[in-house]
Amino acid sequence: MKDMDDQIPRTLPIQSATFSNPINAEIRRAAATGIYDIRGGGAKRKVPHFDDLLFLGASVSRYPLEGYRERCDTSVTLGTRFAKKPIELDIPITIAGMSFGALSGPAKEALGRGASAAGTSTTTGDGGMTPEERGHSTKLVYQYLPSRYGMNPNDLRKADAIEIVVGQGAKPGGGGMLLGQKISDRVAEMRTLPKGIDQRSACRHPDWTGPDDLEIKILELREITDWQVPIYVKVGATRPYYDTALAVKAGADVVVMDGMQGGTAATQDVFIEHVGLPTLSCIRPAVQALQDLGVHREVQLVISGGIRTGADVAKALALGADAVAIGTAALVALGDNDPKWESEYQKLGTTTGAYDDWHEGQDPAGITTQDPELAARLDPVDAGRRLRNYLKVMTLEAQTIARACGHNHLHNLEPEDLCALTMEAAAMARVPLAGTSWYPGKEGF
Amino acid sequence: MQTYDLEADGLRGLNSSLQAQNAETNQTRWEIVNPKGSHAIAVGLDAPIEVTVKGSTGYYCAGMNQQATIKVEGSVGPGVAENMMSGQVIVDGDASQYAGATGHGGLLVIKGNASSRCGISMKGIDIVVHGNIGHMSAFMAQDGNLVVCGDAGDALGDSLYEARLFVRGSVKSLGADCIEKDMRPEHLDILRDLLARAGSDAKPEEFKRYGSARQLYNFDVDNAAAY
Repeated sequence: MKDMDDQIPRTLPIQSATFSNPINAEIRRAAATGIYDIRGGGAKRKVPHFDDLLFLGASVSRYPLEGYRERCDTSVTLGTRFAKKPIELDIPITIAGMSFGALSGPAKEALGRGASAAGTSTTTGDGGMTPEERGHSTKLVYQYLPSRYGMNPNDLRKADAIEIVVGQGAKPGGGGMLLGQKISDRVAEMRTLPKGIDQRSACRHPDWTGPDDLEIKILELREITDWQVPIYVKVGATRPYYDTALAVKAGADVVVMDGMQGGTAATQDVFIEHVGLPTLSCIRPAVQALQDLGVHREVQLVISGGIRTGADVAKALALGADAVAIGTAALVALGDNDPKWESEYQKLGTTTGAYDDWHEGQDPAGITTQDPELAARLDPVDAGRRLRNYLKVMTLEAQTIARACGHNHLHNLEPEDLCALTMEAAAMARVPLAGTSWYPGKEGF
Repeated sequence: MQTYDLEADGLRGLNSSLQAQNAETNQTRWEIVNPKGSHAIAVGLDAPIEVTVKGSTGYYCAGMNQQATIKVEGSVGPGVAENMMSGQVIVDGDASQYAGATGHGGLLVIKGNASSRCGISMKGIDIVVHGNIGHMSAFMAQDGNLVVCGDAGDALGDSLYEARLFVRGSVKSLGADCIEKDMRPEHLDILRDLLARAGSDAKPEEFKRYGSARQLYNFDVDNAAAY
């Protein structure tokens, strides 16, 4: 009888797509601890992204520019609407806001060094401006956040631009928390709070509510800074058309739109994965709002959230953005999640490429930490050089694509240069599905 | 005395003139007439000058003030003296929401009442309100002193950090992690000094002190119901 049983074909074990191993592991972890998972980074789920778009390149109707010979400009000026001193950048790739506190001092210095060497700007983050960061950044954007940690008029006037942060893509509508283990003496002093306690970053500004108030807040900041520097408004992507329109109405020089793949130092995983819009889906509505108000290119649009390559840059610009901002990619360029630290990632229960407990302050790469020994692992000069190289490569890649499409400036890329590989991407980017002249929502197919 | 007609000469000219003053200036006294509720009056000053606003103002009067003494002979809109670093701001009338929000230093005196969220996220400023304050005042207040000679509204000191709150009248309710604390001699000294500087004849002994229970300083899932 047993021999017969062995001969009966068996049903293969089938893993549930709904109750997958990662889901079940999270249920067990939640049941054991009673607390949700907190992590850094952005959305890890697969969402329609720039990979779902392709450039068409030159053809009979379009001729390309010669690589290595014919010029393809990359410069961009941000803040041309009201500021006396707009920011002029050599490349349309900026460094997004990341705080001293979330990041180590050497990491912030490296970001400034790399950005400056590549001819672009970097951004402070929550917790204020450090002298090292200002000193190593040719162009520094000062974030004006709900917490107002470290905010003071002297630093405000040292900034090359001010970015009013309404939200970020990883957690639109959410604040932040810097856990006590990352609160060194210096971080505590900058934030006017005791060392070692969790520091809550508020989810909304303490002294304004809504677009009408924002307009007055922008007026105040301009009056304090003599209308010298551009004022950006950064929003997490949720209602990109209306948020862009309201930011313009409130007087923004630049709108920064951050999609859900954009990273954060720490927040609940459920927030990161289930709130907000994919970056790809928010560009065209934001551009539409600018066009409807007659200010496209006068009010610049910066897109962030999952930008990794020159192709991503070119695609964002082709859809109408003026520039992009990178955060996670910049950290990877510095050395975050580098395989050389694999044995230490294993000790932390993770692996290269998956390490995201940035809030715990144990980063083997010495980037998302305030531990002096770990932070010393990052040489800001070498790391800054790596970031510069990476920014240069992204720029070269974007130029390569633009020349192939026949454009002598990255800003001449346009939606007509693109097609989509999926229906979802076609609908979001409003470019034709590959091989067709149609996208969902377009009449007349 | 320098007199500036805001209605006739505009906001930019006013603020640029005031911001151009420094420690050596001999234009130490300024009078602003016809404010008519304008926003962002006398913001970003950084000199030991005296500015008197002859009337009521809109949002953010005296925002980010350093060194200057700014007196408003009227009432003020939201965010008066927001993020003040030093100096003094004195309001003869009432103040709208967010008075002294995120202020790092200096003294804000409101001789009337202050609306909701007075002293929100304050980081070292001293605020003395002769009248009452509205709900959610001193929310997430980090440092400094809030003195209320009248009553306080709901949820006073919610999620408070290290700021000290002194209330002479009633408190409608305390916010999360805010408790009444003992009034020690050093607190009476602080109060006495602030009341004197604010021109109040209230007695320090008439006040109660409130502060943080420090139970929410580090995240604990067992405290989730308090959030």
